[in-house]
Amino acid sequence: MSIPLNSQQVLDREYLEIRGKIVELAASLDRLERAEGCVSDDNRMKLISQGLQILLEQADQTKAGQIQMLFSRVYEDNWRNQFDI
Amino acid sequence: MYYFDPHIHMVSRTTDDYETLAKMGCVGMSEPAFWAGFDRGSVESFRDYFRQLTDFEPKRAAQYGIQHYTWLCINAKEAENVELSREVIKMIPEFLEKPNVLGIGEIGLNKNTKNEATIFLEHMELAIEYNQQILIHTPHLADKYQGTRMILDMLIADSRIEPSRVLVDHVEEHTAKQVLDQGFWAGMTLYPVTKCTPQRAADIIEMCGAERLLVNSAGDWGPSKPTAVPDLILEMRRRGHSEALIRKVVYDNPIEFFSQSQNFSFTHPE
Repeated sequence: MSIPLNSQQVLDREYLEIRGKIVELAASLDRLERAEGCVSDDNRMKLISQGLQILLEQADQTKAGQIQMLFSRVYEDNWRNQFDI
Repeated sequence: MYYFDPHIHMVSRTTDDYETLAKMGCVGMSEPAFWAGFDRGSVESFRDYFRQLTDFEPKRAAQYGIQHYTWLCINAKEAENVELSREVIKMIPEFLEKPNVLGIGEIGLNKNTKNEATIFLEHMELAIEYNQQILIHTPHLADKYQGTRMILDMLIADSRIEPSRVLVDHVEEHTAKQVLDQGFWAGMTLYPVTKCTPQRAADIIEMCGAERLLVNSAGDWGPSKPTAVPDLILEMRRRGHSEALIRKVVYDNPIEFFSQSQNFSFTHPE
């Protein structure tokens, strides 16, 4: 099943919303820079940077799915052995 | 359009919310047992909670023409207390023949620990022993993918589990397809920040199809919106989806899933 709207209609409908979200993101990053201290070594900053890269790349998977996986803990299929259950 | 909210915590909501939901088309709901915001101290606290779910809430809902159903368990957060969990699991059968009880839920994982998995398996045994349907909570945020995979592992490993009688809730972009591909029902929760928006839920419906997909508000005591299901209805209409498709997701699907429970006796509105 696809979305009934064509891409032009989606863009017309969502352009201002996307623009607003990018401005919000930019302001958050500005706020981090203006605040005292440095968080560049914080792993969460690395994840944010990787997430921004995903938005600009072309891939077979959806961008939302890739972002979700980026921010997910790793699954190991032998977990039951580790827990002994 | 009439709709059914398959996952909403009305014990945390006011009577005014029942009235608002009724005005917006809600004619039925199911309320899984969940965490109260604090860890309860004894099995008697759970007995009182289950009385509230099986006696008081159905009456409160009925005042507004809403048919109220429920699910019973000890939630994943409190499952860290294994001794208390076992006492609660032992007590649950006292309530399984109450007319609005649909099954065992919302069981699941929270931080994906050994104790949580142990109690999840013991809830599964209870559901199998009493031929109950199961409603499952999947973890939040970074824990969701790992926890969902662990839950699927436990369900699939037990041949006595019928996937068509299990609802795995709170799916998102990275978990929905895996749940559906294994034959389970999947629920999307429209919840600010930590779960899914109406727009993303509509995207998932478009990408996965509407078969075995439900949508709920999970309205509870935290920041949440009990009227979130009508928000999805509006979003799908704005995209041009048919009324039949929208109705399937918000009304036909939950009723089809719940109809497998021996206690489900839903009366369609005239």
